[in-house]
Amino acid sequence: MKQQREWIYTKTVKEHFFHPRNLLLDDPEPGEFDAEGIVGSPACGDVMKMWLKVDRKTRRIKNLKWRSFGCATAIASTSMFSQMVAEKGGMKLEDALKLTPRDIMECLGGLPPYKIHCSVLADQAFHNTVENYFQKFPEEAPHK
Amino acid sequence: MKRIYLDHAATTYMDDCVKAAMEPFWHKNFGNASTIYKEGIDARNAMTASRKIIASIIGANPDEIIFTNGGTESDNLAIFGVARLHKKGHIITTKIEHHAVLNPCEVLEKEGFDVTFLKVDKNGIADLKELKNSLRKDTILVSIMYANNEIGAIQPIKEIAKIIRDFKKKEKSANPLFHTDAIQAAGYLNLNIAKLGVDLMSLNASKIYGPKGVGCLYIKRGVKLLPVIYGGAQERGLRPGTENIAGIVGFAKALEMSQNQAVKESKRLIILRDYLIKGILKKVPHSALNGHPTFRLPNNVNVTIPGVEGESSVLYLDAAGIACSTGSACTSQSLEPSHVITALGKSKEDAHCSVRFTLGRKTSKKDIDYLLKVFPEIIKKLRIVSAI
Repeated sequence: MKQQREWIYTKTVKEHFFHPRNLLLDDPEPGEFDAEGIVGSPACGDVMKMWLKVDRKTRRIKNLKWRSFGCATAIASTSMFSQMVAEKGGMKLEDALKLTPRDIMECLGGLPPYKIHCSVLADQAFHNTVENYFQKFPEEAPHK
Repeated sequence: MKRIYLDHAATTYMDDCVKAAMEPFWHKNFGNASTIYKEGIDARNAMTASRKIIASIIGANPDEIIFTNGGTESDNLAIFGVARLHKKGHIITTKIEHHAVLNPCEVLEKEGFDVTFLKVDKNGIADLKELKNSLRKDTILVSIMYANNEIGAIQPIKEIAKIIRDFKKKEKSANPLFHTDAIQAAGYLNLNIAKLGVDLMSLNASKIYGPKGVGCLYIKRGVKLLPVIYGGAQERGLRPGTENIAGIVGFAKALEMSQNQAVKESKRLIILRDYLIKGILKKVPHSALNGHPTFRLPNNVNVTIPGVEGESSVLYLDAAGIACSTGSACTSQSLEPSHVITALGKSKEDAHCSVRFTLGRKTSKKDIDYLLKVFPEIIKKLRIVSAI
């Protein structure tokens, strides 16, 4: 049996919503990040922006910052994703690319079915950002 | 933490007097009003007295009041009740109705009825010219809400009734019937059906400090409609099922009390409402009021806060002890933005960023001051998070 909830979404969503991690506070300085990406539209009620810095040598994510216009689960999804890939030394780019919306959702302790798209958007925002990174640094792109 | 409840349009706490009036009907006078022995007769008497109270408040005859289990059911009975009788035809409503009206109309549209959804102006007032032009010989029903639940816009019901009356005279027709959903209006506006000129009117107890799960549909004498549920002869067969006596007694008491203090309470709330509107517009940069500045329910404030999705505002306010709601349907499990805000001509983005505060009997100036203190700070924080 599920425990009685004290909040509309899970405790983890609540934690990330009220204390977002890796939020971009000030507009970035030139060269501070290697790439940026954006998905969503204001009309749909969700816009997510990400900024990415990669350690060229180790191919690990040094920094992933974000801003998010959207509901609680959109904000929490982006925050959770940034924690997953950029904290504790950072994930290798190719490993981060293997993450799925389901992984984000599981880390958040689950989302209601009508909010699953928030985790999808966070994933898409990251892919969009990495795409921008490979465009800027084609030598870093995986060989096809 | 002290909670400040500012979502009275969603539902209200029950008044103590209402609760006291209902008390005997849970286990002392528990009878089934359809039975012929003492317990049943006691129950029936209580129901009859309540029906009389409600009828006299709205200027109707007691036999014109059909008790239902609430506002949604009253709206469904009015719309499907008329449609089922006619089997085909044309219905006129507005783009900003409650879903209890919109969804039945959409279902009927799929079943082959023609439905016109009238435009509203930037303040949420129905386009009366369009109404005039939309009336047809086969129009069976016009359903226009008295006051809107999201933005509090008050519709010119009398003028709409006159347009319909003139059309009927010209066409020498008994149709269309005029239904109004007066559920949000009941706490503040005059409900006299002769003055309003309506044939059908939905009312409900849970927004006027009464119990949940009870409402009524006023059906003018001579107006015919079919039931939507079947099973017994209660409520002239139009709403079968054992009557909710405690609820009905509470509903009558709640409506009586609300209407008795409507003028005084409206005056009090209008001052608080305008104070809140002014405060938000001044303290929250780029905020905008949705709906008319004055031609709105005394307790309704609906604002758009660009860059901040409504649900985020609501949940941050919740954490600060304030209960309010969003016009955007994000929390109600549909991701579509408010159909009411977009009908005003505002963008979907603006609709996603709307927040509604609805004041009520326990709302004080101190509550509003607290809201005006925390809300700008919350918005400042959420705007830092925002990507737009």
